[in-house]
Amino acid sequence: MKNGVTIALSKGRILEDSLPLLRRVGIVPNEDPTESRRLVLDTNEPGVRLVIVRATDVPTYVRYGAADIGFAGKDVLLESGDGELYELFDLGIARCRLVVAEPRREDGAGHAPIRPRVATKYPNIAHRFFAARGVQADIVKLYGSMELAPIVGLADRIVDLVSSGRTLQANGLVEVDQITPVSAWLVANKAAMKLKHEAITSIMGRLELAVRA
Amino acid sequence: MSISEKWLLPEGIDEILPDEARRLERLRRRLLDLLEAWGYELVMPPLIEFLESLLTGTGRDLDLQTFKITDQLTGRLMGIRADMTPQAARIDAHYLKRSVPTRLCYLGSVLRTRPGAFCGSREPLQLGAELFGHAGYDSDAEILRLALATLKTAGIDEVFVGLGHVGPFRTLVKRAGLDREREADLFEAMQRKSHPEVSALLDAWSLGAGDKTKITALVDLHGQVDDVLARACAVFGADPDFRDVLDGLSDIARRIRDGLASRCLYVDLSELQGYAYYTGAVFSIFIPGLGHAIANGGRYDHVGSAFGRSRPAVGFSVDLRQLLRHIPPDTDGPRGVFAPAVDDDPGLARLISELRTRGERVVVGLPGATGAPADYSCDREIRRGAEGWTIIEG
Repeated sequence: MKNGVTIALSKGRILEDSLPLLRRVGIVPNEDPTESRRLVLDTNEPGVRLVIVRATDVPTYVRYGAADIGFAGKDVLLESGDGELYELFDLGIARCRLVVAEPRREDGAGHAPIRPRVATKYPNIAHRFFAARGVQADIVKLYGSMELAPIVGLADRIVDLVSSGRTLQANGLVEVDQITPVSAWLVANKAAMKLKHEAITSIMGRLELAVRA
Repeated sequence: MSISEKWLLPEGIDEILPDEARRLERLRRRLLDLLEAWGYELVMPPLIEFLESLLTGTGRDLDLQTFKITDQLTGRLMGIRADMTPQAARIDAHYLKRSVPTRLCYLGSVLRTRPGAFCGSREPLQLGAELFGHAGYDSDAEILRLALATLKTAGIDEVFVGLGHVGPFRTLVKRAGLDREREADLFEAMQRKSHPEVSALLDAWSLGAGDKTKITALVDLHGQVDDVLARACAVFGADPDFRDVLDGLSDIARRIRDGLASRCLYVDLSELQGYAYYTGAVFSIFIPGLGHAIANGGRYDHVGSAFGRSRPAVGFSVDLRQLLRHIPPDTDGPRGVFAPAVDDDPGLARLISELRTRGERVVVGLPGATGAPADYSCDREIRRGAEGWTIIEG
């Protein structure tokens, strides 16, 4: 879009936290995105529109300028980021943790295979994390239900997002390492920051104030 | 082998079909004429050379981007050029050895191991201009003005210029005594304008308060030119290392202001594209609706030193394939005259020859072939009338 600012929001968990934050800075969609099936929504603020996309797609939309700014999970940025986006600041919403978990053992003894098989939807992060600890891990890329992998013998460990930890517990897994805390960050397209500097810095400034408040 | 395996091209490799090729060739001629008019001499560096000469003085990025093969004659590694700039620098330093400033331009395909942003090409058609032998901001401004003239000649009217300088970041890193690894970490966070991560790194390294304030301030030094330069003065004060950079940027901004709306010039002191390679002012040119720069350039002094002669240098380049996608289509369609398949008619042969001498495109029909002139991309046709052969509008 040549004029106005397009904001990319993640579907699902992040969206539920994003809308109240946007409301606090005075941006309200004209339709409720959790109800509407529309993927592009105008807002009360002229020229500002929202696009609702999959969480993993937010950096892609912003990087290629299909959206000017976006709310992207730090997990997605760490996994696919190549420094071609501005990652401006932590919005402090949709907080959770990226952890390593493994099956709980009755005897409590540590189980550490020399070359563990790790199931995850974050192959780059997992690979980097284990390599930094001197462990060569074989990565099994899955798209969901990570907790199942150790139960059925597909993997020794998993790397996944955890918020309460209840899903891990219900599947007999324990958290053994925290890789990083995760939350949604404000990202911006590098060209849009120049082309639409005033409009973007205005929204940025308001968000920063709201986040700090 | 299935049919699709026979026609599929590799990712990022494209072929240019007649309509587009005609537009591209017109564009290419117009732009080469423009560079010639500005006094830039055309050079044609080789497609392939020994890796050492191709990569000397350049960064690791270019190394990764270069396709390599082994020379069967010498056993040495050769690289297919991924950027023609270092080749122009080598030509200036090694062959020309002029004492006066030298202006060179080039146009040719380069090959890259990975596609550029957004389904980008791995075979950009690189057009560039380089000015060797002058170290002042006047030559930076000349190159930037030439880059803007290039886009204007191509038919792009609305542009935004992002102007930066690698100097402040480099000076701050040096003064803070950061080693290469820390410099790379800081650089990476800085390129993402991630204020919290820059602060976290500086805290972790326990830098002095002065260094820390200045480095964090650098992240925010972007925006309209007057505003940024005023804020930068407040941060860096009268420190001569920074003073020179700020005066220089202000000077460049003043010189390119004609024909560029003030809101279209954006200064960013922490945007350091090509940091490993550039040594002074850097710029990127953006157009609305495209998420990345359409043209890039900057100062890269002393790349020639590896070839025996250290010279200041500044230049820019643009990918014509990408440029072509963003310029308005030609209003006039293909032009040409279709001639009938008549053998041994001196009158017709003379007319065809006259038309061709005038630069007209003439397509001669073949016996047994059917189709209207438009099928042969012609807008006119030669027919036999009462007064001999005449040209009729299609």
